[in-house]
Amino acid sequence: MSAQDKRLLLLHDQDNVLVCCQTIAAGTELLIEGKTAVLAVDLELGHKLARRDIAAGEKITRYGLPIGSATQATRCGQHVHTHNMKSDYIASHDRNAVEGRT
Amino acid sequence: MNTEPALQLRGYLRSDGRKGIRNVVLVAYLVECAHHVARHIVSRADHPDIQLIGFPGCFPNDYALKLMKRLCTHPNVAGALLVSLGCEGFNRDALSAEIAATGRPVKCLVIQDNGGTRTTIDEGARWVQETHRQVAGIEPVAMAVEELVVATICGGSDGTSGISANPAVGRCFDRLVAKGATCIFEETGELIGCEQIMAERAITPELGMEIQACVDKAARYYSTLGYGSFAPGNADGGLSTIEEKSLGAYMKSGASPISGIIKPGDFAPVGGGLYLMDVVPDGEVRFGFPNISDNAEIVEMIASGAHMTLFTTGRGSVVGSAISPVIKVCANPDTYERMSEDMDINAGRILRGEASPDEVGEQIYRKVIDIARGQTSKSEDLGHQEFILTYKHFDALGPSCLPRR
Repeated sequence: MSAQDKRLLLLHDQDNVLVCCQTIAAGTELLIEGKTAVLAVDLELGHKLARRDIAAGEKITRYGLPIGSATQATRCGQHVHTHNMKSDYIASHDRNAVEGRT
Repeated sequence: MNTEPALQLRGYLRSDGRKGIRNVVLVAYLVECAHHVARHIVSRADHPDIQLIGFPGCFPNDYALKLMKRLCTHPNVAGALLVSLGCEGFNRDALSAEIAATGRPVKCLVIQDNGGTRTTIDEGARWVQETHRQVAGIEPVAMAVEELVVATICGGSDGTSGISANPAVGRCFDRLVAKGATCIFEETGELIGCEQIMAERAITPELGMEIQACVDKAARYYSTLGYGSFAPGNADGGLSTIEEKSLGAYMKSGASPISGIIKPGDFAPVGGGLYLMDVVPDGEVRFGFPNISDNAEIVEMIASGAHMTLFTTGRGSVVGSAISPVIKVCANPDTYERMSEDMDINAGRILRGEASPDEVGEQIYRKVIDIARGQTSKSEDLGHQEFILTYKHFDALGPSCLPRR
């Protein structure tokens, strides 16, 4: 496997995301699969970033299994979360959405 | 053969042959109107083995009656005081008779027939004190690991739960199942997206189809309600979708074959194995969310005989439970540092590169044995005895759900 930052965890060979094991500050240069990428936002423990470029509509895979689909093209090293991916089952909601319902 | 501490477990033998690892006297209110009186009786006793449970509704419900029967005759329970207002719909006679039939001391106080609040509290407190003294004389006997029923749940999950605590609990479950114990995992609403891989682990193809059907039911149920089992805090912790949360939760089940499906209050067949609990009600959507909080699921697994619950948490849950101890396995090393007084196991060490999932799994297994031998968990020490039971409806289990029966 290619060189990887130790703060990033690959759970399965076929995954297109990496999981962050400790908080990494925006601006940090990361080594992902032997390539360097500069982190645009603070990445907190438990959050994901793209292991490679991901096309809109592509499945996001973790543990080697699909956890949803990309809603927009995402570049290697970018944060992958509710802003650029969605569930293929039931839409996730945030606190604003909960307030919006009342 | 058994060089492990297996034979050194201690248990309180009950009349149905099951053994308890605790010796609790319950005070159970049968409607919210009797809650205050019941709570006062428990407060006056001021002993960790005198615990409060109850059902708040005035309308009768078969599920609630079944669960109260199972809980009051749980092997960790030595006797029960029932507190009724008098006019509620709960079938107190049926519950009382069920408890009495097991030989356990039971008394039912009806507030309306007993002179009101003060006199009922006084009489209840006297009965509890006397009963507690009586059951404290029950001598524990030898108990084997294979007699244990161990449940697992996750709550306050974040992106770390599925990569540290849950896989470690899965290793512990594999070890318990290999030793002949019974393990229960649940939250079908949080296994959406895992149904196919889960079905492949079923011991028969028919059971595999039942597993898929019960996850489909959960997905339908939650879709009707408009929310998946996905709280805003889950997204704060890095989880993006219900299926991502599900796969992380699924890791708790380990790698053993799945031997069957049970519903709350059903017992797994003797002989041990890994069982999935279907917690989502049957039929049309009624009574609201399947489980309004983690404690409701803990109570359901206890009703199916769980002696203890392994609770994995990333964000940091603090809860315990009445009747059966809760062991807290913390997934997130930062949370562990902030809340270590509430956590029994620091699985966050896996993320710091200080331990492997196997090592933490072994540590959890040893903790299970210690708790079964009478050591108290952190939530027990802190006095957590949460309890919740609400309305539900279930149909009987399908014929393919328990191939081994």
